[in-house]
Amino acid sequence: MDVLDIIKPENRVFCKSKLMTDTALSYCPGCGHGTAHNLAMEVIDEMGIVEDTIGVAPVGCSVLAYDFMNIDMTQAAHGRAPAVATAIARTWPDKYVFTYQGDGDLAAIGSAETLHTCNRGENIVIIFVNNGIYGMTGGQMAPTTIPGMRTSTSPYGREIETMGSPLKMTELIANLPGVYYVTRQAVHTHKHARKAKKAIKKAFENTRLKKGLSFVEIVSNCNSGWKMNPIESNEWMVENMFPYFPLGDIKVNGKLK
Amino acid sequence: MSELKLMKGNEALAEGAIRAGVDAYFGYPITPQSEVIEYLMRERPEERTGMVVLQAESEIAAINMVYGAASTGKRAMTSSSSPGISLKLEGISYLAGAELPAVIVNVVRGGPGLGTIQPSQADYFQSVKGGGHGDYKLYVLAPASVQEMSDFVEDAFDIAFKYRAPVLILSDGLIGQMMEKVVLKDQQERRTDKEVIESCGDWATTGRTNRERNIITSLDLQSEKMEARVHRLMKKYEQMEKEDLRYEKINCDDAEYLIVAYGSSARIAQKAIELAREKGIKAGLLRPITLFPFPKQELFDLADQVKGILSVELSTGQMVEDVRLSVEHKVPVEHFGRTGGIIHTPEEILEALEQKIINNGRIRHHKTRESSIL
Repeated sequence: MDVLDIIKPENRVFCKSKLMTDTALSYCPGCGHGTAHNLAMEVIDEMGIVEDTIGVAPVGCSVLAYDFMNIDMTQAAHGRAPAVATAIARTWPDKYVFTYQGDGDLAAIGSAETLHTCNRGENIVIIFVNNGIYGMTGGQMAPTTIPGMRTSTSPYGREIETMGSPLKMTELIANLPGVYYVTRQAVHTHKHARKAKKAIKKAFENTRLKKGLSFVEIVSNCNSGWKMNPIESNEWMVENMFPYFPLGDIKVNGKLK
Repeated sequence: MSELKLMKGNEALAEGAIRAGVDAYFGYPITPQSEVIEYLMRERPEERTGMVVLQAESEIAAINMVYGAASTGKRAMTSSSSPGISLKLEGISYLAGAELPAVIVNVVRGGPGLGTIQPSQADYFQSVKGGGHGDYKLYVLAPASVQEMSDFVEDAFDIAFKYRAPVLILSDGLIGQMMEKVVLKDQQERRTDKEVIESCGDWATTGRTNRERNIITSLDLQSEKMEARVHRLMKKYEQMEKEDLRYEKINCDDAEYLIVAYGSSARIAQKAIELAREKGIKAGLLRPITLFPFPKQELFDLADQVKGILSVELSTGQMVEDVRLSVEHKVPVEHFGRTGGIIHTPEEILEALEQKIINNGRIRHHKTRESSIL
């Protein structure tokens, strides 16, 4: 199959969602954010819920998510997206409310808001993109940076003795009774992206059924922050991140796997 | 139905919020304002009006919940006391930057640090000079009675929605904790979701229908856009100064000496000017009801009439700076105030007026110089 065949609509497996704007993504080429954005927008489009969906953008690389997602969005202070989403869901109980957050936002500065929003079982979706680094500020250590990993604030590699172990926020919140669905996915291959989309759809379905909180972690790469090319970074992610953050469902229909 | 009740200031504020048709309250307990959330939880406003009440995990979460509800056009508020307000300042700055209507209540206690749970007015600078980061101001209402604790909630939301800006009700532990009779207003209907979408649809994030998407953010990475945003905010503040300044004058018509005081200090100062007049001293009281906007012109004009001004606050002197700026050195301005949770008495205020203003050498010198010019 040559390029001209591949780009025919009937052969197209993935394309830009109708709910993505034409604004050029601000993400580095090779970054997983663009795919994650697109999957979320495809789900909202396919479910026909754009009129009732409100997104909450974080601080971090995806701070400008509202430039790319053609939906109503509120940008929250660093780490506070779950609190912002809580209030929207409480005052508009029939709306679909989701946050889109990175690891620094969700697992470090916003750890309290994440934990308590999950514990209250707010009827929202949290999409958590974990690339083990602070991308926007230039590659500093995140709570999810894996042991030995070099960043600009752990230049000799993360030492567990002095810097602590990577925080498995997803496993932590899965144990809270208010949380209904917890899964960890990836978007670096077509196969993984399709699975991740199914997970996001399940999460939004849970909102529709008022089941409580759904939490979708996406383990992703940061080729710029990790100082690798995109292919290397995905290989490194598979070899080094996945053992620490294993993919798959952790809690389904309120029951731990 | 309006009704007459004996209530605590904090409770009157909570009841005022329910009756004003507020959509949501998010709070966190702290002395001396915990009665606000306690009263709301007890009253089950969810059943009375559909108002959401939620105890957050922190003051930070609470103000960000206010931000979330406000971003969808709902009438949302929070309350706290001084250390808790310090925690909320990041969120307050975001509310101002993102141009969101919201109401924040500070029932002030003594500081700095954990300070004391007793009343204070030492958060004046924090309230009117920004407090959080960046170029912004808050419209600040200072209640001086339990009645105003109740009434100002609705007034605050009117201003917040008129300007799409956060409004602060600056109370203190004395007004919050004391009991007085209060006339509660009639229950106002909460707006329906449809009415919220109709009235706020051009900016609020209520879900994109057949319109352009709405975005709430305080971020402008392009400097020209950020400067334009700041100028837009400043225009609002200018309009507030022109249209929504509030103050009260008591016995000022023939006053030779003026006391300036707000909130609980204004209540005490009112008694002090009565004691002064019993002694034959013609004292008047200017009570700023809004601390921003501040009654600058009124003070400037009164300075032509009086011989000296005493600014009275439960602090070591914060508002006095604004009084001095307004008066532009026309007459001496001095400060008097107890702090650390101690409340000054009317007698102490009168004594300070006599010592610092009436018997002040600078005042005689000032008047002598003036008459020699004449």
